[in-house]
Amino acid sequence: MPEVIAVENLCYTYPDGQPALCGVSLSIQEGETVALIGPNGAGKSTLLFHLNGLLHSHEGAVRVLGQIVHDKNLKTVRRQVGMVFQNPDNQLFSPTVFDDVAFGPLNLGMKEAEVCSAVQQSLEAVGMTGYEKRSPHHMSLGEKRRIAIATVLAMSPAVLVLDEPSANLDPGGKWHLIELLRSLPQTKLIVSHDLEMVQELCSRAIVMDGGRVVADGSQQDILKDRILLMAHRLAAPNL
Amino acid sequence: MKYHFLDQYRDAESFIHRLDPRSKFLAMLALVSVIVLTPHDGWLAYGLFLVFNLTLLFLSRVPFFYMLKRSLAVLPFVFMVAVLLPFCSAGTEVCGANIGGWHIGITREGLILTAGIFCKVWLAVLPVILVTATTNVNDLLKGLEKLKMPAIMVMLMSFMYRYLFVISDEAERLSLARNSRSFGGGVRLHVRTLGYMAGALFLRSYERGEQIYGAMLSRGFDGHGRSLNQLSMRLADVFYLATIMVVALMIALSPLLLRNLNA
Repeated sequence: MPEVIAVENLCYTYPDGQPALCGVSLSIQEGETVALIGPNGAGKSTLLFHLNGLLHSHEGAVRVLGQIVHDKNLKTVRRQVGMVFQNPDNQLFSPTVFDDVAFGPLNLGMKEAEVCSAVQQSLEAVGMTGYEKRSPHHMSLGEKRRIAIATVLAMSPAVLVLDEPSANLDPGGKWHLIELLRSLPQTKLIVSHDLEMVQELCSRAIVMDGGRVVADGSQQDILKDRILLMAHRLAAPNL
Repeated sequence: MKYHFLDQYRDAESFIHRLDPRSKFLAMLALVSVIVLTPHDGWLAYGLFLVFNLTLLFLSRVPFFYMLKRSLAVLPFVFMVAVLLPFCSAGTEVCGANIGGWHIGITREGLILTAGIFCKVWLAVLPVILVTATTNVNDLLKGLEKLKMPAIMVMLMSFMYRYLFVISDEAERLSLARNSRSFGGGVRLHVRTLGYMAGALFLRSYERGEQIYGAMLSRGFDGHGRSLNQLSMRLADVFYLATIMVVALMIALSPLLLRNLNA
């Protein structure tokens, strides 16, 4: 199986001197759905921002489909790594759904007809056909999440990276989202505190804490390991 | 949606609604320019402009009272500028008073100037209301883009429109949080809290801006605004634009025409 994302010994320190990542290594194969879990402040989001070059580190390397991420190939990398941010209000910045979904394809230099068909296909994939003319501020959070995923799908990425996709959704909305993500064939990396969703979707789980990977294994093994989960604030403590 | 006042677009069917945003915008620009350039005592021209504006509003089916309410919003701004004019213009004094060795007087010319400015501003706002009430913001932005307005400005306006709603929601949450914890307290405390709230809102918007930029970069943004633009000018647009320009010019020249007739 070809490797989609490889992170090798990545270290990152925030500009204020606080270390965020201390030697993170992981590898994600094509077709996998991997959960990245860990307590608040573990460095999960910081790691995500390295995967498509929003943050750069001088120590360690990130490879996407075999290529090291650097300044020159950012456009290619960002096409291959589809990043879905936690807050859809920040991801959907255009006045209409169509403009938002078309934003990526247009920046990739697609022709008008290609852009239109990419928009149509990705809206169809997330079950939001017919929303083209709507404005994000008229939509519910669940709808906005779906559109946010569509904006990324329109660039036909090799891997989807989702930051807390189920945050703030009601249970109904969450299960809709789980079904939607299950229906997408791409390789997925899902950052979440929602272990119920992890159990439903992911075959593998990586636990991060304090800027390090502390466990990496099959989802079943990790979610069964109560001591591990408790140690990293992922389960209710024994009181 | 809670913020109706931000969305001025009125969904109705009229031939003005269906016009290309570019022709509406250019016609507005022409009309406003001519109104602003009218001499401040051109009462006849003012009257004709009023009739013309009202005719356009009638044709666009924008409700009269809606238009009136919106147009009044501009008056405080004119008031701030014009309130001193009656005192500052030379001419025959209408009334005056001596206050501590200073003489303050209102002149007839000053009053006419002020009245003229009020009329002019109010009339100039009507074509703007016509455009915003008959064009939805997205189309208007696309039109401006096609009219070669710099992409960065179009983008800024588009963000402003998009995030006004988000930020007003945020402001509302802040004030809810304040109201649920504030019991009495003096004016000073109240003002200080308001200051903190404004600060918090600013910081949050700043952070949001960074995240939005991150989301844009993630989708290949490289500083160039690109969008699909499928606007098309039709014969009706040319006709509309030409009519407005001709009528506006005729009204502007009406005093001259009348003088020639009388002579």
